[in-house]
Amino acid sequence: MTETLLAGLADPTLDSQRVFRAALDALSRPGRAVDLPDVLPDGAPAPLMPATAALALALFDYETPVWLDPEADRLAVRDWLRFHCGCPLVADKAQARFAILAGPLDALDGFAAGSDAYPDHSATLLVQVAGLSEGAAHRLTGPGIELEETMQINGLPDDFAALWERNRGLFPRGIDLFLADGARLIGLPRTTRIERKEA
Amino acid sequence: MSTAQGYNFAYLDEQTKRMIRRAILKAVAIPGYQVPFGSREMPLPYGWGTGGIQVTAAILGPDDTLKVIDQGADDTTNAVNIRSFFQKTAGMATTDRTREASIIQTRHRIPETPLVEGQIMVYQVPIPEPLRWLEPREGETRKMHGLAEYGVMQVKLYEDIAHYGHISTAYDYPVRVNGRYVMSPSPIPKFDNPKMDNSPALQLFGAGREKRIYAIPPYTRVESLDFEDHPFQIESWDQACAICGSADSYLDEIVTDDKGGRMFVCSDTDYCGERVAAGHTGEEQAA
Amino acid sequence: MYVAVKGGERAIENSRRLLAEERRGDTSVPEVTLAQIDEQLSLAVDRVMTEGSLYDRELAALAVKQARGDLIEAIFLLRAYRTTLPRFGYAEPLDTVAMQVRRRISATYKDLPGGQVLGPTFDYTLRLLDFDLAAADNAPEAEAADAPLEGGMPRVTDILGHGGLIEPEEPRDEQEVGDLTRDPLRFPAERDVRLQSLARGDEGFLLSLGYSTQRGYGKNHPFAGEIRLGELAVEFVPEELGFPIEIGEITVTECQMVNQFQGSATEPAKFTRGYGLTFGHCERKAMAMALVDRSLRAEELGEQAKAPAQDQEFVLYHADNVEASGFTQHLKLPHYVDFQAELVMVRRMRETAANNAARNDDFEEAAD
Repeated sequence: MTETLLAGLADPTLDSQRVFRAALDALSRPGRAVDLPDVLPDGAPAPLMPATAALALALFDYETPVWLDPEADRLAVRDWLRFHCGCPLVADKAQARFAILAGPLDALDGFAAGSDAYPDHSATLLVQVAGLSEGAAHRLTGPGIELEETMQINGLPDDFAALWERNRGLFPRGIDLFLADGARLIGLPRTTRIERKEA
Repeated sequence: MSTAQGYNFAYLDEQTKRMIRRAILKAVAIPGYQVPFGSREMPLPYGWGTGGIQVTAAILGPDDTLKVIDQGADDTTNAVNIRSFFQKTAGMATTDRTREASIIQTRHRIPETPLVEGQIMVYQVPIPEPLRWLEPREGETRKMHGLAEYGVMQVKLYEDIAHYGHISTAYDYPVRVNGRYVMSPSPIPKFDNPKMDNSPALQLFGAGREKRIYAIPPYTRVESLDFEDHPFQIESWDQACAICGSADSYLDEIVTDDKGGRMFVCSDTDYCGERVAAGHTGEEQAA
Repeated sequence: MYVAVKGGERAIENSRRLLAEERRGDTSVPEVTLAQIDEQLSLAVDRVMTEGSLYDRELAALAVKQARGDLIEAIFLLRAYRTTLPRFGYAEPLDTVAMQVRRRISATYKDLPGGQVLGPTFDYTLRLLDFDLAAADNAPEAEAADAPLEGGMPRVTDILGHGGLIEPEEPRDEQEVGDLTRDPLRFPAERDVRLQSLARGDEGFLLSLGYSTQRGYGKNHPFAGEIRLGELAVEFVPEELGFPIEIGEITVTECQMVNQFQGSATEPAKFTRGYGLTFGHCERKAMAMALVDRSLRAEELGEQAKAPAQDQEFVLYHADNVEASGFTQHLKLPHYVDFQAELVMVRRMRETAANNAARNDDFEEAAD
């Protein structure tokens, strides 16, 4: 280890509960951005955003293999995750329960989508984006949304709605997403229908 | 915060909570699907709400206000026991008021007072598998859910109609969630089923002994199974609540003597009390 | 005037106090100590440790005391405590050849290397109430052997194995051993998880199931190949050391059943195994476990699985007495909401039936 390790949660019990509740809220109300509490005394190891790092501390452990995209796969991140979460880091994305994508999201293929009998054996992706309030507008409908929700994202591929529609078509199989921007989070469960709004 | 000595906040260790939290997130992502989880032995017996308790213990924090009901009432033995468990292990603020609660753990009822956004219902579930009475094997029922093959359930309900003229299931009446999974609503009377449909609250279900967690996100379609010519119907009473006069709440039948004397009162004690406080009266009160 | 019942909290508190008083009983009688339970009710302690899945004699004795001798309640207490304990890792597998044997019998060979060692057992006692025991000053002594038994006593199944007469028992490569306290059962369940479930399973349930296989419900021709009781060292490899260290000694009972297998088109006839292992001295449980382990192997051995004891889901889902006891006893909880729903339903069904009968009468009258 070349650098000093950044600290984990100041209060592992109560901080992880608060982070989890924010994540639960985000996934239960897709498309609505949720602010995560500030739980990182030293901040997050680059290039992780505070929201990504907080989710990792709250949800990862020795039972959850984690995959890092090339952008997130840095020694400081690996050391930090291993030390605080004790999670195995895997090279094969198909084995991952969680994945952190700090670079561009170009495909959802290759991650575990579960089986018809066990659709919960599927990956949850933490995707870092450039912004959750400007950029391409999408119309969201589905469970958790009363009528419809509008989501603006900066930093997703242009064909994201099409990628996502393929994932939704796998139901009950499929992967689930959290989009992170700084300390904010949007949850996208596999049930959410996403349409690109024409500008 | 005062918590029991020698035990973690809310009893469960942190790794167990993470495991349950991950299961809850998957449950929310796949509405109505039963997620297997590594249910732990709790200091209360299996069948007495261990699933609900584990779910509640994994979600609750110091900012929450907890309400626990059994049969609609806060003062029944099971509810008292579970409430005191969380007071002891998590130093929780508790309430009897549906409106004040952020988390409501329940056995067998949904409150009459409409739920609102931000509230979480936690149901205690004895048998999470709605197909269990038709097919005892987990291997088989899992396949049926995987393929959405629910023909046996339709046949069972139809046979009921042929035999009795109507569907004979009075509680734990199966529902279909978001048009896909057939789900047990837990043994609530079918009277409460419509409250699940498009509820603004998040609904979580925990089955400890059977080691399953499932969920209905807010604003999700929940239909009680029925047939076009035999639409789903709920219980109704000729009487109103003898205490508060409510004509549209679920009533408990109280036997008053051994000569057939009966009276009917609200099962939801908070709802009933709130109505009385607002000046409503029933026969009994008026007399 | 009717008032909804209140005061549940106080009633519960009073009930708890009554229980505590009843537990203690007459205070002019000395209170039983944990050491007394451990020493003199040692088989109760053994059963509680086995089905409670925790080897700690003192805690098990405390559970027996707290449960007033109700062993299923004591098992529940121990389990609920166990689940809060942090895990450091997994011990090395036990090698029962290395056991310091106190009892070892085989029903398949008259004599064998190491001999038949009867040890402490009820087997050869006449079940006559011993009125001398009613007195409180018993101090019986048994003669000690001249020399301790030699270690490394071979197992009967190993002896059979040399001739290729019994199926080999090979560890599965690379695959981690399952743990049903972490991952719920999935079917078909592998043998590691099945054995874990049986080891935790209720002795009475397994006894009856094992018995049913002897009476023809899934017959599997068992012989008690060997039963051994004794002490074994438990070893653990800490990550930072990388080599095993001894962390303690435990008493275990092991039973290896030897069962017939008639062979198939591809395999010659040979013997197969059923395995039972318990903490402490739980011989009946170890034998029942071995019988049921073998019967649950029916399918993998190409036998027809028709009897209850051969049905994985039936056996494994119902073997756990903490689960079974909880769910059976939950019927004591109030169910009046659901009962009310049924009442409304039954009244409605009776009404429908009465109306139909009346209509039929009208119809018949009209026809007359």
